[in-house]
Amino acid sequence: MTKLKPLLLIALILFLLFLPAFSGKYLLYMTIHILILSVFALGFNLLLGYTGLLSFGQAGFFAIGSYACAKILLVIPSLLLGTISGTLAGGIAALILGYLCVRYTRIYFSMLTLSFGMMIYSLAWKWREVTGGDDGLAGIPRAPLEIPGIFSINMSPMGNYYYFVLIVSLIAIFLIHRMVHSPFGLTLKGIRDSENRVAFAGVSIRNYRLLSFTIAGLYAGLAGSFLPPLENTVTPPIAHWTHSAEPVMVTLLGGIHTFSGPIVGSILFYIIKDIIVRFTQYWLILFGSIVIFLVLVFRGGVVIFFTEKILPWVKRR
Amino acid sequence: MLEKLVFQGLIGLSFSMYLWLLAAGLTLVFGVLGVLNFAHGSLFMLGAYAAFTFYEKLNINFGLSILLSLISVGIIGAILERFFIRRIYDLDLPYQLILTFGFILIFDDLVKMVWGGVAMIPPMPGFLEGNITVLGRPYPFYNIFIIFAGLAVALALYLILEKTWWGRMIRASASDREMAGAIGINIPFLFTTVFVLSAMLAALGGALGTPVRVVAPGIGTAMIIQAFVITVIGGLGNLKGAFIGALIVGILTSFGILLFPIFELFIIFVVMTIVLLIKPEGLFGK
Amino acid sequence: MQELLRTEKLRKYFGVVSAADDVNLTLYKGSLTSVIGPNGAGKTTLINLLTGNILPDSGKVFFNGEEITRLPIHKRVKKGICRSFQIMNIFPKLSVYENLQIPILSYLNRSMSFYRPAHSHADANELVDQLLQEIGLTDKKDLPAGTLSHGDQRLLEIGLAMAPEPKLLFLDEPTAGMNPVERVRVLENIRRLSIEKESTFVIVEHDMDIVFSLSDRIVVLHRGQILADGTPEEIRQNEDVRKVYLGEEIFWEKK
Repeated sequence: MTKLKPLLLIALILFLLFLPAFSGKYLLYMTIHILILSVFALGFNLLLGYTGLLSFGQAGFFAIGSYACAKILLVIPSLLLGTISGTLAGGIAALILGYLCVRYTRIYFSMLTLSFGMMIYSLAWKWREVTGGDDGLAGIPRAPLEIPGIFSINMSPMGNYYYFVLIVSLIAIFLIHRMVHSPFGLTLKGIRDSENRVAFAGVSIRNYRLLSFTIAGLYAGLAGSFLPPLENTVTPPIAHWTHSAEPVMVTLLGGIHTFSGPIVGSILFYIIKDIIVRFTQYWLILFGSIVIFLVLVFRGGVVIFFTEKILPWVKRR
Repeated sequence: MLEKLVFQGLIGLSFSMYLWLLAAGLTLVFGVLGVLNFAHGSLFMLGAYAAFTFYEKLNINFGLSILLSLISVGIIGAILERFFIRRIYDLDLPYQLILTFGFILIFDDLVKMVWGGVAMIPPMPGFLEGNITVLGRPYPFYNIFIIFAGLAVALALYLILEKTWWGRMIRASASDREMAGAIGINIPFLFTTVFVLSAMLAALGGALGTPVRVVAPGIGTAMIIQAFVITVIGGLGNLKGAFIGALIVGILTSFGILLFPIFELFIIFVVMTIVLLIKPEGLFGK
Repeated sequence: MQELLRTEKLRKYFGVVSAADDVNLTLYKGSLTSVIGPNGAGKTTLINLLTGNILPDSGKVFFNGEEITRLPIHKRVKKGICRSFQIMNIFPKLSVYENLQIPILSYLNRSMSFYRPAHSHADANELVDQLLQEIGLTDKKDLPAGTLSHGDQRLLEIGLAMAPEPKLLFLDEPTAGMNPVERVRVLENIRRLSIEKESTFVIVEHDMDIVFSLSDRIVVLHRGQILADGTPEEIRQNEDVRKVYLGEEIFWEKK
């Protein structure tokens, strides 16, 4: 399996790089959504899988990222600025709210994050002057990627925007991969496994949790900032707690205790949804059933199922 | 101004009763079974839909409709507990929340499939119609009915838990499950009954709400967050706390709608945050 | 003899039960002190108070002259205080190697490093390998810690306590449930550290052989108070101690 992994990875990246050459707009559009959810879910899983904290409010930071990016783009049409603003906005909000949340654990932490997420939702919904209320913000340009005086790339063609999202996402995924295999990642796992022991290792639990929470917020903000240029609008539902549930579900689907789980889960989520929706509008029933099945029967998620059940079977033949 | 505030408070008081019914079941299940049931709001919604169907579509008497709704949702609760919830008692919190969230998705779509996604507004039963004048303003008679219903439920729960044999077993299991099992209490069956009770409480809230609130997908989900906040404020597993918490949240939200419409949802979260800062176990928690 | 740790009128009540009642204790650098006493005497509470697991109701704790009474656990560790637990507190899902990496990386102040892989820190790896050898778990280093035998888990527990190279180490029943071979290993480690690194030890033990053969000093606790405090010889002769340990006189026979 260890020899297979780098090959699979290269194949996947090549596939993604050449995708625009042989697919239409819709597939690119869907792939961008998969990338957005992957980045969102990877940040979320740093909190859950690695630090042991279940946050039900990540959609709040996603939304802050989206709205911040949108507001910037409406005034200064620079994609780079919009994306950076969205990411930072998500991170800063997480830093501030996290300061309060990480003083609690387990249920209280989850409840607090749920509340903060909904507070942000209610702001998005009611603060018409800033967020446009339930109409949201519209007319957001897919601004060009430019550094004034050096280069400017037009982002209107879906293919171009796709490459932008792809490259930034790959960088983000690479960075978080480094993080989880670094001493920082190891320490987070220690916090997840035994708070008491890790304190006696000299680790300030609160600081690391806050850092993990802030990084999750940065990733949520980044994912959120990809949305406005894609859809040209931003509306409150992205801050609702049911949107917070998406990274939770896809991470479970892919596997909470694996690195690639969130990514695999995101891919499966969109594929399943896309297929089911062609037959019936009631795809949530199926998705809900899958989730329930996974929790009851196979909590490791798809990735673990694959590596522990399918692969050995394949090797034996 | 003060009159307006007091009147608004009375409106909030009746809203509190729905919250109380929802929070009571939630906190009961958490205190006894140790599970935080995200899908509790769906049971509320099913109670509303069931009552609506019996009352509006089948023209059954209002009181009977509510009873039938309780029974139907109670049965659903029993099935849920026996086949699904029972399996997650020993799992970590994330898995519990995720599983129960899965049920929210299923029930929401199911309801759309059977009844359509359009919001429906049932008529008010004749004998509960009308207003009475309070502080110079018309106050719906139905609200008074709800307040009494809520208080009646509070009294009934108190009596059940303190005075009945069932209640004693529930309290024993809540404080020490292993010990209770060791002295011969049939824990699995007891847990099913507690879950059914909580489902019926939620259904009652939904059913009683039908004449004044819309019946639509997602109505439970909208209130479940507030129910969670109430259980945290009151103390997880504590019924008295849930009642007081519901009063606080209901009345404050009502003030909020009047005084700070933009920040209405904020108020209860601010209250919850303050409570967590001062007394993390909740006002009446251990 | 240099004073390392001192408590002043340390008090902790759980309801009406006094787990620590005006405890005045001084520990000297390089010494090995055993804390003994019947169950419920307050031994674990005392360790909890000194290591930061719980905070006292009143009283003070000084370490190297500095007051640390309300200092959080991780800061006490950085100052040089560490402990092992009676109930095991290892990282079950991580490998034995990773278990030891965590405190060592923290000791080297590398825990915040987030770009380089954890296994690329060569100096940390050296220290981990060394520690593995000392506790005798080198051949099991890649196993998940939760799958180890009870005795091996206890060894790991002690290894984790030793990892931050503490000046003052509290061991709460370190040899409980161990077989003789493992027990010897633990005691050798304690002796070695005590000599090589001049570490100061406080051990809670029920095994009187270990207590009397290893300790420079024995502190006897009873109902949250210090009943007796002295050399093993002095304690052996102490009437009050004998009374409290009524029925366990076989432990007092010289071997």
